[in-house]
Amino acid sequence: MDRDDCTGKKQEGFSVAKMLEERGVSRRDFLKFCSTVTAAMALPATMVPKVAQALDKVQRPPLVWLEFQDCAGDTEALLRSANPTVGELVLDILSVDYHETIMAAAGHQAEANLEKTVKEFQGKYLCVVEGSIPMKEGGAYGCVGGKSHLARAKQVCGSAAATIAVGTCASYGGIAAAAPNPTGAVGVKEAVSGATVINLPGCPCNADNLTAVVVHFLTFGKLPALDSHGRPLFAYGKRIHDNCERRPHFDAGQYVEHWGDDAHRKGHCLYKMGCKGPATFHNCPTQRFNEKVSWPVAAGHGCVGCSEPQFWDTSPLYRRLPNVPGFGIEQNADKIGLAFAAGVGGAFAIHGAMNALRKDKEPTADEETKEGGE
Amino acid sequence: MAKIVVDPITRIEGHLRIEAEIEGGTIKDAWSSSTMFRGIEKILKGRDPRDAWYWTQRFCGVCTTVHSIASIRAVEDALKIKIPPNAQLIRNIIIGIQGVQDHVIHFYHLHALDWVDITSALKADPVKTASLAASISDWPNNSATHFKAVQEKLKAFVGTGRLGPFANAYWGHPAYKLPPEANLMATAHYLEALEWQKEVIKIHAILGSKNPHPQTFLVGGMSIPVDPDSQNALNADKLITIKRLLVKAKEFIEKVYIPDLLAVASFYKDWAAIGGGVGNFLSYGEFPDPVTGNLWFPAGAIMNKDITKLIAVDQQKVTEYVDHSWYEYQEGPGKGLHPWKGESEAKYTGPKPPYEFLDTDKKYSWVKAPRYDEAPMEVGPLARILVAYVAGQKESKEAVDMVLGKLGVGPAALFSTLGRTAARGIDALLMARQSLVYLDQLIANIAKGDFRIHANEKWDPKEWPAEASGYGWHEAPRGALGHWIKIKDQKIYNYQAIVPSTWNASPRDAKGQRGPYESALVGTPVAKPDQPLEILRTIHSFDPCLACAVHVTDATGNELVRVKVS
Repeated sequence: MDRDDCTGKKQEGFSVAKMLEERGVSRRDFLKFCSTVTAAMALPATMVPKVAQALDKVQRPPLVWLEFQDCAGDTEALLRSANPTVGELVLDILSVDYHETIMAAAGHQAEANLEKTVKEFQGKYLCVVEGSIPMKEGGAYGCVGGKSHLARAKQVCGSAAATIAVGTCASYGGIAAAAPNPTGAVGVKEAVSGATVINLPGCPCNADNLTAVVVHFLTFGKLPALDSHGRPLFAYGKRIHDNCERRPHFDAGQYVEHWGDDAHRKGHCLYKMGCKGPATFHNCPTQRFNEKVSWPVAAGHGCVGCSEPQFWDTSPLYRRLPNVPGFGIEQNADKIGLAFAAGVGGAFAIHGAMNALRKDKEPTADEETKEGGE
Repeated sequence: MAKIVVDPITRIEGHLRIEAEIEGGTIKDAWSSSTMFRGIEKILKGRDPRDAWYWTQRFCGVCTTVHSIASIRAVEDALKIKIPPNAQLIRNIIIGIQGVQDHVIHFYHLHALDWVDITSALKADPVKTASLAASISDWPNNSATHFKAVQEKLKAFVGTGRLGPFANAYWGHPAYKLPPEANLMATAHYLEALEWQKEVIKIHAILGSKNPHPQTFLVGGMSIPVDPDSQNALNADKLITIKRLLVKAKEFIEKVYIPDLLAVASFYKDWAAIGGGVGNFLSYGEFPDPVTGNLWFPAGAIMNKDITKLIAVDQQKVTEYVDHSWYEYQEGPGKGLHPWKGESEAKYTGPKPPYEFLDTDKKYSWVKAPRYDEAPMEVGPLARILVAYVAGQKESKEAVDMVLGKLGVGPAALFSTLGRTAARGIDALLMARQSLVYLDQLIANIAKGDFRIHANEKWDPKEWPAEASGYGWHEAPRGALGHWIKIKDQKIYNYQAIVPSTWNASPRDAKGQRGPYESALVGTPVAKPDQPLEILRTIHSFDPCLACAVHVTDATGNELVRVKVS
């Protein structure tokens, strides 16, 4: 597909692969990148040629990145991305036409860049949103260039080919939407009805998952399959608990009881320290962070469940989850998430009973929720 | 008189808007406004104080450790918890590398484009660029071949006609002074720093699972276990990786950042007389000794640029005004409240969006106006370095004298836009070196057989008093950060944070005193009002971080005891 560039000239024959070649990236490295990203999408290796072929043809599609009620944590995650690096992403693969944290232009000139992309590439550009959108007070809780976040979201997300909500705030409102939600914060999907939105919750989102979604979109021309929370199944289809490297210790009844105790030093299960892995769907254990260096459980702290929609208002970080079924690989987020939400919200009596029952043993069928036991 | 608006101020964290009046090519008056509000402290009410670090960490994803540190310190202060030496040393290393990495990203990726014209780099001679680089550093990547490759990449990128994040900036502006070779050198290092930053911050992933937002802080210590005989704990393998990364960090600061800073600064010495600001400086001090608790960077205040006198800091003298901020105090306007007794209820009275201008005579920002002893204070690397310099701290004094000597200027040059930017480099150098000291201390302590990382005695809330209050201070990369907490019945009763960018981005107070950004802009020359590059220079020299600055609402509302300020 040829496309006009910003000077109006046709860029015939231009492609990401060609550009990488011009910039000294070998074909071999290019294919290596394709393999990595294919693996991140949880696609079989046989798909690598398809991904490579698609990227061969693609021509730096425009991407705009909007920051609303955000902390820039997802932007920072992007800066740590390795496959590809942010340098490759920004210079070679995409045309990042608007991103307040990194762009050179400011003020009116920055605004002009955004308007130009929205107008010239209507329906063709990708939009990434970071941060929640405040609905109260006529939008006065969040403005850029004198315009409310809501107005900007409607304009920019509404005309995008697709919008990727990065992080829990853009996905579901996140921390700002926690009770009592002073500003009426919501996620993009709720604020802009009709927009095509994919959610990549997490605090922050894993940049590898963002890259994988972008490549998926470029390769297949559509967004990947989603669960009922709008999350791609390739990254959120499995429970942390089921992929956790410490799962054998859970099954064996070996738990950390105090921070720094022998079990903690030996890498035993963090369930009793409040780990939310049994109620959280995310690929952290396999994808890990910072080029696979680590992830929370590997570093000795339980999962907090940051990629779940009601995360901020469910349970305190260090209170152990009630009703954890022993085996539940066959469960998906739509079934098990509900069970946990109910459990965390109201079933502290069960929680107490369970503590008494558990005593470092494998859970019995009595302790399982109905959904979990099916 | 022409009034201009710069919104968004880009290359910062958060949402900042500057309105300025310009007359005869100079800024006569300026207003700093933050245009985003979340209200996180209000949300914190009634939650578990042990969770507060995780919530407040989300004030900001750029300075991603600082609120966690201040928060656990505040709770530990309230509950009188003393943490084990390993935990203190791990925190010091986390703080150190956060500051180093943050400053490099600021210099190259957020601030450099105010001084470096990337388009001019296309005209540079790579051979001359290499000799320029060789004259200031023996960094091995500074070869003519490398600079040529960077230039070729840049040409190919520009050749596509789509400049992405570099489109439509102030390229070619008359205020850019660097020769093409210096521009090419800086551009090459912009790209190199992008790679470097994601490497060195892996220290946070090793010690705390990930970055941004490491998940490892605990009230009472840290959650990364220590055990040389376990693959699931901080062992020799991980410690040596941290050492390698810290050395990599230090080398980059010594051989790339500092030489570049000095080279760029030498072309912009006129900026040592611009952007002075309020002239009052506050530092809370940092890096507690694991045994004595003594601070390596001293705490203190300097008033009216008087570097002969260091004032001891008294937390009772911190107050906040809302006369020009979108909040209301019960007793009405004109009063400043201490954070423990602070009250605030968000009340937006600005124009309905979309708007052209804010009503700057009235309320115009979501940032409050903090004051120390009734005075606006600048915080950040410059304040930290000045306080250490005046206190006579050896390492700081040597580093400051080295930089001033190489630039051929006196200490007075520090009170400026350029001084602020130079101080950040000095700060990075000091922290890069000091982090290695803490790593060696950590290794020595582990070698003694001390594997403790957490003080467990008060982990269970049943061990807590019915009521407690405390505060936690931290010298974050951007300056003095304070969290104040009140705990009642094992829950958060009140939580307040006054953060570096609240100090620096402050609007006017009841007396009409300008905040530091506003003061620093007055007198700044603006060659082309439709391309206010000079405003970006001075504002960026503070390294604004606005999501941090705006979140301040007290958790208890009307139940608070009000303090009377006469």
